[in-house]
Amino acid sequence: MKVEHTCKILAKEVLGSGAVAMTLGVGDMVRTDRMGPGKFIHIQCGGASLLRRPISVCAWSVGRERDDTLTVVFETRGEGTAWLARRPVGHMLDVLGPLGNGFDVELGTYLLVGGGIGVPPMLSCAGYTGGTSTAILGFRSRDKAILLDEFAGECAQVQIATDDGSLGHHGFVDELVRRELEKQSYRAVLACGPRPMLKSVARAAAAFGVPCQVSMEERMGCGVGACLVCATPMRDGTVKHVCKDGPVFRAEEVDWDA
Amino acid sequence: MLDLSVKLAGVTLKNPVVVASGTFGFGREYSQFYDLGELGGICAKGLTLHPRTGNPAPRIAETPMGILNSVGLENPGVDAFLTEELPFLRQFDTKIITNISGNTPEEYGILCEKLSDAGVDLIEVNISCPNVKAGGLAYGTRPDLAAEVTETAKKHAHGVPVMVKLSPNVTDITEIARAAEGAGADALSLINTIRGMRIDPETRRPILRMNTGGLSGPAVLPVAVRMVWEVSQAVPLPILGMGGVSKGTDAAQLMLAGASAVAVGTALFADPFAPLKVRDGLAELAERQGLPSVAALTGGVKPW
Repeated sequence: MKVEHTCKILAKEVLGSGAVAMTLGVGDMVRTDRMGPGKFIHIQCGGASLLRRPISVCAWSVGRERDDTLTVVFETRGEGTAWLARRPVGHMLDVLGPLGNGFDVELGTYLLVGGGIGVPPMLSCAGYTGGTSTAILGFRSRDKAILLDEFAGECAQVQIATDDGSLGHHGFVDELVRRELEKQSYRAVLACGPRPMLKSVARAAAAFGVPCQVSMEERMGCGVGACLVCATPMRDGTVKHVCKDGPVFRAEEVDWDA
Repeated sequence: MLDLSVKLAGVTLKNPVVVASGTFGFGREYSQFYDLGELGGICAKGLTLHPRTGNPAPRIAETPMGILNSVGLENPGVDAFLTEELPFLRQFDTKIITNISGNTPEEYGILCEKLSDAGVDLIEVNISCPNVKAGGLAYGTRPDLAAEVTETAKKHAHGVPVMVKLSPNVTDITEIARAAEGAGADALSLINTIRGMRIDPETRRPILRMNTGGLSGPAVLPVAVRMVWEVSQAVPLPILGMGGVSKGTDAAQLMLAGASAVAVGTALFADPFAPLKVRDGLAELAERQGLPSVAALTGGVKPW
């Protein structure tokens, strides 16, 4: 399977205040590779950026007599992502992917939890679960809320939490997670977001005896498992690498106190 | 027909481009991109006697035209390498270089015994890792210790050539080079990373969890060229030059400064095909200049 692809930017849209959704023509990448929710692509950004930027895949489709497409949603965090956000439609990007191990998910009722820029990858999970799942999405504030209509179209219900209370529940997603797990039984909790959020969601799932998978983030180098910089400690004392072993891990594997 | 092959401490490499230790794992990951037999050699991830989990993350920070890393020699240990990884690497028609680090000279000796028994092509003795507390950099910054480690490694390598990897974090690199040569080193490799630091001005925290790390990437190329040039004049040993190589003309600079072969490292993270592009760029340059071989570049600088 070919890992390296030259991909054309087919569409670009600003979501909420600052996130960018970019749809790429990716040749036969989706057709020929085992695409699945939670994988990422590693995009070369120009300017002074030496390293690629790993971005989770939000959605994809197989092209009929044209390129497969794939959508990523990212926030401008530094020079690399700022460069990427400025690329016009039609620009060609150097992409490695899809990389990593994603969520283990099939038809069923799941509790999908996303926080901030961890929200977009959960949309592809929703599509896999067949419309019966619940999404709990956390944002800093109302203007940061993205993809709400898309989640509403793929899930049985969508709940929102904001840090400042400007939309939905005033507080963190794990409070909503506990409330939901009390009400209804779920096959598993799947989560993507900042580490403190993942830790509290994992704790909530464990309290209810529900399996939990988390998509972790760490500063990456090669993206394929060779340079070993994106290490994350496991409970058994070993380290695993977010790019190759993850980014999705079973929550009980992870050493949350490290 | 241009001859791409070069000799390094008696070992013939089919082309002068090796991948640098710590940037290529044990080859598995990059074997999905191309046949590893395209490479002149593979320098495997640094090995220690016992497994190491390395330093806490973040272990990488981007800098202008470079990166800082503080991996801290994470590796499965030499025994796991011999049973799990070496057979995989041996499938490819390329030379296998193993990189070793020890806490004591005795550990270097044991590592050399095991690796020479297993028949690796070359042993690179790392006396210069900036990311470990014991041994490592200390051996690389004191001539007497560098000599002691080199001598022990040589004694236990049973004829497998020993290449000593030098640290740039010294006042005079030729001092260490002479010490290694005097103790019997067959080749030298340089440069390892340069110690550096980056701080987030908002949080006032260093980006790396270990505070400091080793700088690599295009930013260090001129330092590498200068040090290779100095060392090549100071000692008669063959040199594997490395530091910031991402294209053919970068490699040519190191060879003109005195390197017999070059290693590509950090450039892999931007482009997995970088080593092959360096090889092709080097060949193109040599051909354009009408040289009979790429090896003819070595030491060809015309200093003012």
